[in-house]
Amino acid sequence: MRRPISGGSGVDAAAAAIDARPRASRWLTRRRSEAIVAYIFLLPWFIGAIVFTFGPIVASFYYSLTDYNVLEPAKWIGFDNYREIVHDDLFRKSLINSIYYTALYIPFHIIIALFIAILLNTKVRGLSAWRTFFYLPVITPVVASAVLWRFLLNPQEGIIDQTLRAIGLPAPGWTTDPAWLIRSVVLMVTWSAVGSTMILYLAGLQGIPVSLYEAAELDGAGWWSKTRNVTLPLLSPIIFYTLVIGVVGSIQVFAQPRILLNDENGGAGNAGLTYMMYLFNNAFSYFKMGYASALAWMLFVVILAITAVQFWGAKHWVYYEGESR
Amino acid sequence: MTAPSIAVAQEQSQQTTGPGRRPGIRLLLIYLLLAVLSALTIFPYLWMVSASLKPLSEVFSTDIIPNPVKFSNYADVFRQTEYLRWTWNSVIVVVLAVGAVALSSAIIAYPFAKMNFPLKRVFFALILSTLLLPGEVTMVPVFLIWRKLGGVNTLFPLWVPNLFGSAFYIFLIRQFYLTIPNDLKEAALLDGASHFRVFWSIMLPLVRPAIVTVMLFEFIAKWNDYITPLIYLNDPNKYTLAIGVASFLKEPGLESRWDLWMAGSVMMTIPTIVLFFLAQKQFIGGIAAGAIKG
Repeated sequence: MRRPISGGSGVDAAAAAIDARPRASRWLTRRRSEAIVAYIFLLPWFIGAIVFTFGPIVASFYYSLTDYNVLEPAKWIGFDNYREIVHDDLFRKSLINSIYYTALYIPFHIIIALFIAILLNTKVRGLSAWRTFFYLPVITPVVASAVLWRFLLNPQEGIIDQTLRAIGLPAPGWTTDPAWLIRSVVLMVTWSAVGSTMILYLAGLQGIPVSLYEAAELDGAGWWSKTRNVTLPLLSPIIFYTLVIGVVGSIQVFAQPRILLNDENGGAGNAGLTYMMYLFNNAFSYFKMGYASALAWMLFVVILAITAVQFWGAKHWVYYEGESR
Repeated sequence: MTAPSIAVAQEQSQQTTGPGRRPGIRLLLIYLLLAVLSALTIFPYLWMVSASLKPLSEVFSTDIIPNPVKFSNYADVFRQTEYLRWTWNSVIVVVLAVGAVALSSAIIAYPFAKMNFPLKRVFFALILSTLLLPGEVTMVPVFLIWRKLGGVNTLFPLWVPNLFGSAFYIFLIRQFYLTIPNDLKEAALLDGASHFRVFWSIMLPLVRPAIVTVMLFEFIAKWNDYITPLIYLNDPNKYTLAIGVASFLKEPGLESRWDLWMAGSVMMTIPTIVLFFLAQKQFIGGIAAGAIKG
């Protein structure tokens, strides 16, 4: 439908089309004045979109083709920034770190969120209390959680390493050993974000009609078969949503590693330097605005490509109701 | 909510499931797992509060109950850092940002739900498309604009953009407008009220629940925001709480004061948790509304 029916104007339009000239013009002015008022309502968005979104997008691409250190005027250098990026070791390293982080974090937190949601979707008492527990870290300030986890994960002295040692397990150097830096960030972010994913899954689970489970039971399906053939397919659109949003978000992870590792260069051997941290340093520590803009566009392309692949892959596992399989 | 009906149905179905199953034991297992998982979730908070009350020499001791209890850590945070100043800065930013984004988003959303004008669909699609745009692409040029305007080292860049609406909130409020019948609007317009009056006196009060949700989300987002103040503020007197507390780590003499850190983190966390407990329904409902978008 092209426009919602707003009662009167349709009738007016028909009447106007037949003959009455003055009515037609009155109808026209009313319509025009409504449009003008609507644009006045939209004025803040127009300004904001031009100044803070679409203008900067164009400017960002222009800057990515320049050498610009803020103090001197931007100098046009064509695609040199992009050529430099290809040979930049830290670009490669930080991109790999971000992808490694995403590859660990996404499955880890989705599985835990799903597990908790399934537990809460049984007939437990005090559902809202449990839900609150798991949601608290989501609203806790990122800085507070990162500082707190830096304390908990303190190598040797922290409570986690002390506990591991006490039960005879190796105590890793969470925030000092290059092999562990990204894993520590995954651990911390999972704690702080799993609740929001879990809430979405729980809402999805509660929307699954009971009749489907009853039908499955009549066919003799056990718990696993019901999960496999009813729960997961019906939940797959929400899982897909959290997957896409989660990947876009975690490729851009910034605050948590920066604070947890307490180093803008990502700790020992840059092992915890994420792509956004590297981009931020280029822009706001080295004031290489052109290079940082080029880095931003590279990231944009990477995100676009990963998202496209996910949508393509979705055909094979995401199930939409009302769609034949 | 269909939760209770599902719970009842599952209760019945569990009784009829295979004879070997003992629902009691399974339920016990579920409670046990939930207890362990939520203990793991809550434990870091206990540890944070506990450490914030310990003397520095004891922060890494494994006793959860501090002995002696050292409340003066909290006073020391104010004495040894600009914590009060940072709190004040955060409050200014949050109040202005929350008010600005709620009002502007409600204004911008209105015509998309209740008025007709050319290019309506195009503009709405444009607004939604900005949701997909990763922020780092605009980060550098926006910084350069603020630099030109003399906004670096002021609080303006942290809240002024909120005057122009925010895509997700516009979407959220528009969905809510759509649930309000048009008769009210038509009647008021026939009585000679202007569109502005209809918006201000009739529609805005009716979408209050959506606006409250938006305000809550924005409060949390701005109170917790780290990257924006990090870009714009470099004078410790201008810091917000987020970068202020993070800056402990870099401060000579403060970098290993875990006692003060934990006290600072506890105080910074309290407002968000209080707000969450006061408005749980809006939070959970808002997240569900966000999911429908997907």
